[in-house]
Amino acid sequence: MSAGVSESAREVGAGRAKSPHTSMFLRMLVRAAVLRRGRALPALFSMVVAAAVATAVTNLYVDVQAKLRREFRNYGANIVLAGRDGASLPADALAQVESTLAGRGVVAPFALIVARTSDGQPIVVAGTDFERVRQLDRWWSVSRWPAAPEQALIGVRALPVVSPKNQAFDLSFQGHVIHLTPAGTVQTGAAEDSRIYLSLPDFVSWTGVQPSTIEVAATGSPEEIAAIMHQLEQAIPAAEVRPVRQIMEGEARVLGKTRSTLLAAAALIILTAALCVLSTLMGWVFDRRRDFAIMKALGASDRLLKGFFAAEAAALGAAGAVIGFVLGVGIAAWIGRANFHAPVAPRFSVLPFVLAGSIMVTLLSAILPISLLRRVQPAIILRGE
Amino acid sequence: MFARLVYESFRRQKRRKLLAGAAITLGVTVATAMIAVATDIGDKINRELRTIGANLLVTPEEDTLDVEIGGINLKPPSDGAFLNEADLPRIEGTFWHNNITGFSPMLPVLVNVALRRDGQTDNLTLLGTYFAKRISFGKEAITTGVRSTRPWWKVTSGAWPDDNSRDVLLGGRLAARLSAKAGDFVTLSGRQLHVSGILSTGGVEDDEVVAPLALAQDILGKPGAVRRVYVSALTKPEDALARRDPRSMSGPVYDRWYCSPYPQSIAFQLQEAIPHSHAEQIRQVAQNEGAVLTRIEGLIFLVTLAALLASALAVSAAMATAIFERRAEVGLMKALGAGKFAVASIFFAEATLLAVIGGLVGFGAGAVLARQIGRSIFNSQITIPSVLLPVILAIAVIVTFVGSAAAIRKAVELDPVFALRGEL
Repeated sequence: MSAGVSESAREVGAGRAKSPHTSMFLRMLVRAAVLRRGRALPALFSMVVAAAVATAVTNLYVDVQAKLRREFRNYGANIVLAGRDGASLPADALAQVESTLAGRGVVAPFALIVARTSDGQPIVVAGTDFERVRQLDRWWSVSRWPAAPEQALIGVRALPVVSPKNQAFDLSFQGHVIHLTPAGTVQTGAAEDSRIYLSLPDFVSWTGVQPSTIEVAATGSPEEIAAIMHQLEQAIPAAEVRPVRQIMEGEARVLGKTRSTLLAAAALIILTAALCVLSTLMGWVFDRRRDFAIMKALGASDRLLKGFFAAEAAALGAAGAVIGFVLGVGIAAWIGRANFHAPVAPRFSVLPFVLAGSIMVTLLSAILPISLLRRVQPAIILRGE
Repeated sequence: MFARLVYESFRRQKRRKLLAGAAITLGVTVATAMIAVATDIGDKINRELRTIGANLLVTPEEDTLDVEIGGINLKPPSDGAFLNEADLPRIEGTFWHNNITGFSPMLPVLVNVALRRDGQTDNLTLLGTYFAKRISFGKEAITTGVRSTRPWWKVTSGAWPDDNSRDVLLGGRLAARLSAKAGDFVTLSGRQLHVSGILSTGGVEDDEVVAPLALAQDILGKPGAVRRVYVSALTKPEDALARRDPRSMSGPVYDRWYCSPYPQSIAFQLQEAIPHSHAEQIRQVAQNEGAVLTRIEGLIFLVTLAALLASALAVSAAMATAIFERRAEVGLMKALGAGKFAVASIFFAEATLLAVIGGLVGFGAGAVLARQIGRSIFNSQITIPSVLLPVILAIAVIVTFVGSAAAIRKAVELDPVFALRGEL
């Protein structure tokens, strides 16, 4: 008999002499982990890594939708409110929209008219709130935003028409004339390039025309956005509420595909990690067939043995899962910060799943070798055959 | 003797070799599939992003200012410059024609329609465009039009008109105003036109008539005229080089800029291909897709790293277990006089063999898996470039080596006496 085996045999004997059954069970569990940490550590390590990777991927999978939706809000409005048949919206419409949204998005009002330049050319002039537009339409390439009253933001295609030498100019609308100084240019590659933008107070005091459209970039899932649209329709009956369909559909498609890809990746990763744990733990349990044989030789019942190894595996699985969860949350947060510039919030709802999955995998990898060993006579194992 | 030892080890320990080999195969399968997905995801998502609409706009170079509010252009219809429809196939002749997924020309024309029975008329826009027209240039041919470039346009009743017909689509709100339905005839500027369907777009087109381009040209009396062309292209996210002015670049830098699919360089080439044109990126689409694309690519890249890590661990765990089980064998070899080097080299040779076999099978399985993922998620193929095979094999061998190194070192340093007596 080797030193190690006789020592553990002595311990078993001594334990039985002085302590009741349950405390011996616990003692063996703890001592086995402490004394043979050389073998238990790799198993725990693989468990931790598997749980960490699984947690990180699951966390990302849950959170990626919200992160990508935020990216998609940079595409601008997904809801447009327009007065019916081109009419202006009621004066309190913007405040109504704001209170309905309650911080769930960005809003900008727009008023449009056709004015004439001093040489009689028609040109579209828009009134808006520049602070809001900066938030809503981030793709606008603006050389300088207007800061003072009677300053205009001029589309790059409109610039040669109204102010080729960057000089001040006049615009007239229904006999009223406004004198404007150019602040900067706007370039978008779309209709904005041929327009002139004024601040809303300037615009209203010049034309008397109130905003006819309000663009809304609402954040949330398709259901939440549909609910917002419904609330807006009820709050402002005079407005027609329309979704910007290409943005909504494109967003839904890209999000759906990304999530599916991530799900496939998560499934593959979790499968690989589980198999890694399975093979390590099975090796670990197989390796301890001598302990098994001694316990059996000393008269332990099959049920007790199974319980012992199962408890050991479950403890390992639980410990690995908890450490791995913490680690995985950290990895997910790091990926969030590195990739989306915003940390992925830890989802504690993931923990029970990781815990249950880990314990199941460890139990499976403990029970499988035990059922194989049970049929073997202890004498054969102890003789090393 | 060395070869025989390795060979016999494979022949006699089939179960253990199979287990380790299976772990390597699985690891390589996951790694291959994830690498394939990660390298292709940019292109796939780029194509999905095209559903948001065109990212480039081609207009006549010397155009007068558009005076457009709510889809109605107040500029006199014959005013300003036009592009020539005959020049459009040249888009297919540009350097990046494979990146251009489609284009649709637009020609808005003002028409009048009798609103009520009392003969009162109203002006509205008739938009001439391609629906699904076959364009060929040299050997290249594509079918393009709004049906592919604007997938959010839906015909709610009736059918899409043919590009060579004189059928039109009525926008949903307009149809309601005219109380017309698919199959009816409407009189637009004195022409009886057959309504093939009702169009719903969620935009200004809901108040317009959409017709084949040739019909719009006919109404305007300008054959071959096109007001603007929307081009959908797969582009690369903008970087510092993309934003530079091509005129200020030196030769090699210019070549690099020209041969990168930036929105700017594709616009530049479109401008070269179509005479008297001005091409520009539609910033709302072009700028944002770069951001979305970078995020998704980055995410999948990081997840692929996690997958590689998990498969590397699985492989090394399996190898470590396999070697640990063979301590007695090591003891016997050492007792018979084998040196550390000889024992280690046997294990490493076995590991290499396992890695190569597992790597080959795993590469094949990974290719199949990637194709399945591509087909079920993106409805298109994800193919693995065969140059990846040596890379994957090298990774498999290295991971197997690294994974077994610790276990081999332990096994080699074992005292043969303990090993033979079966004690650790």
